[in-house]
Amino acid sequence: MDLFEYQGKLLYKEFDIKHPNSKLVKNLIDIQESVELSYPIVVKAQVQVGGRGKAGGIKIANNHEELIKYSDEIMGMDIKGHIVEILLLEEASKILEEYYISFTLDRSEKKYLIMLSSKGGMDIEKVAEDNPDDLIKHHIGASEELTEDIIHEIIGKAKLNQEYTNSITDIIQNLFLMFVKGDCDLVEVNPLAITDAGVMALDSKVALDMNAKYKHSYFEDFEKEIPIPESEKNAKEKGLNFIKLDGSVGIIGNGAGLVMSTLDVVAENGGNAANFLDIGGGAKAETVSAALEVLEADKNVKSVLINIFGGITRCDLVAEGIVEATKGKDLVWPIVIRLDGTNSSEGLEILKNNPNEKIFIEESMDSAARLAVERGA
Amino acid sequence: MSILIDENSRVVVQGLTGREGQFHALRNKAYGTNVVAGTRPGKGGENVEGIPIFDTIKDAVSETNADVALTFVPPSFAKEAVLEAAFGGCKLIVCITEGIPAKDEAEMYDILKKETDSLLLGPNCPGLISPGKANVGIMPHEITLPGNIGVVSRSGTLTYQAVHELTKLNIGQSTCIGIGGDPVPGMSFIDVIEKFQKDDDTNGIVMIGEIGGTAEEEAAEYIKKNISKPVVSYIAGVTAPPGKKMGHAGAIVSGNKGTAKVKIHELTSAGATVVKTPTEIGEAMKEAINA
Repeated sequence: MDLFEYQGKLLYKEFDIKHPNSKLVKNLIDIQESVELSYPIVVKAQVQVGGRGKAGGIKIANNHEELIKYSDEIMGMDIKGHIVEILLLEEASKILEEYYISFTLDRSEKKYLIMLSSKGGMDIEKVAEDNPDDLIKHHIGASEELTEDIIHEIIGKAKLNQEYTNSITDIIQNLFLMFVKGDCDLVEVNPLAITDAGVMALDSKVALDMNAKYKHSYFEDFEKEIPIPESEKNAKEKGLNFIKLDGSVGIIGNGAGLVMSTLDVVAENGGNAANFLDIGGGAKAETVSAALEVLEADKNVKSVLINIFGGITRCDLVAEGIVEATKGKDLVWPIVIRLDGTNSSEGLEILKNNPNEKIFIEESMDSAARLAVERGA
Repeated sequence: MSILIDENSRVVVQGLTGREGQFHALRNKAYGTNVVAGTRPGKGGENVEGIPIFDTIKDAVSETNADVALTFVPPSFAKEAVLEAAFGGCKLIVCITEGIPAKDEAEMYDILKKETDSLLLGPNCPGLISPGKANVGIMPHEITLPGNIGVVSRSGTLTYQAVHELTKLNIGQSTCIGIGGDPVPGMSFIDVIEKFQKDDDTNGIVMIGEIGGTAEEEAAEYIKKNISKPVVSYIAGVTAPPGKKMGHAGAIVSGNKGTAKVKIHELTSAGATVVKTPTEIGEAMKEAINA
């Protein structure tokens, strides 16, 4: 889960990582009188999309008057479809040097990867492409320690200002601790800056590993503050893995791989999927009816394809769910069903005993996809 | 023959007393797998339908000579359980548990690699089956058929789909393996196909991949250099919307890799037959082994 900048900075606080003094603003009334920060102050739009600076979502205010003016301008602004509802006000620091640092898991090496560069504050992907030697990459096994010696070595290789080695080392150690102990998928700081007030993390790009939610109570608090697209809210409340797409064939399947494959097979047959919806392993009748309800809310859907391969999931329970959700109903769209695997003959029997003129049964994934595309055309 | 498990494998189930653990362990046993023990701290001395329970893996191994661990414990205990199985003497650990934090997975992988010679399959995988010999995990054995094709996949349900297509054409399988789709899987495609190449009773390999990560690209390179047996492959996610990248760091690490297009291209150049839909897997393999 990607965090807002201010949420990442709350984690900085937790892990003793120096960052600018700041104030979070959700309502402009809170800053009408004054703010307890010293000028100049940076007004930063809190949106989960890159390029906010270019879009006018970051401005520097030199006095209270400007602060009110800029805050008013930025609040409510539409940045690439994201409406600004939260502002982060930060004391501006005098920047002497800007670096880049990030911590991630390198899946192909199966190790943590630290990337460090003296060319911070700019497009780091471009630096990596044009001057790869300016980006130092260091892998570290997950059961190993990030020692001071290693940090000194990479600071040297990245040619950072040696005068600040000690404070940079401290901040790197704490960022690494936050990455590991804080169960982050990503910690990226650009810029990590040397300022007149010391070495500071000026920005934060943090993603949390939601599998570790049970370890940290604040994961849930952060989650509540992150807006979910309207189209996905309903599915999320029902515990379904749903992503809205642009096509007209509604898809329900079990297992991410099979659902992904179903989207492909629909495309192979000339159609386009309206969504990705995985009911998961071991789905029961109520899960299936919940999935159908979610699709009903999407006006683009013209036909529905239910593609189930039973492993842990039992096809008879899926069939029961379909019958339960559709019995006696005048269906808005045709449903094409393909059931295979565990208890599929029982499942097909249930469907045959409860006929509905808008429900069609197909034997293979291919033929089911073809029919769903045809019926929705 | 088969790889990793056969009729001589002796399985200890971690979390045998849990609902999932018990259900699948008994299914595996009914299939003919030697499920010789279970563990659950504090319940040593009890049994589940005749399968003795021990407090620790060490006790289970010394009493029953178990050599394969099947792990069903909840995510918060999984790392400890897998390490206990490895240090307790299990040579293969099959971890079904879904939802283990990535940091735990990475740490577990690193320790296993540095300090033990145990192999880990998973986590978040359906396990493996050598048809007619043993089933260790949650795969539906009804769709399998003993034979000579090795199947390896990142996705659970797609594994079943592939096996089903083979069986429908009367093409049996030596071993079917789900390596799981988590960020840090124990065994990779390469680890598995290397074993299929060495196995005298495996004549062809089916490899099912999906978008994200670079495991398929790495496997393609390996296939090019080391695999002489026919490989049929399918990659899911050709039309999936591009996933979010992990910041700039993620973009730099993955570069232009990870898309279905690149994976399909690399596998095709490596000599694999890449099919467009899972339904074509059976026919493609039939053609490949008869060629």
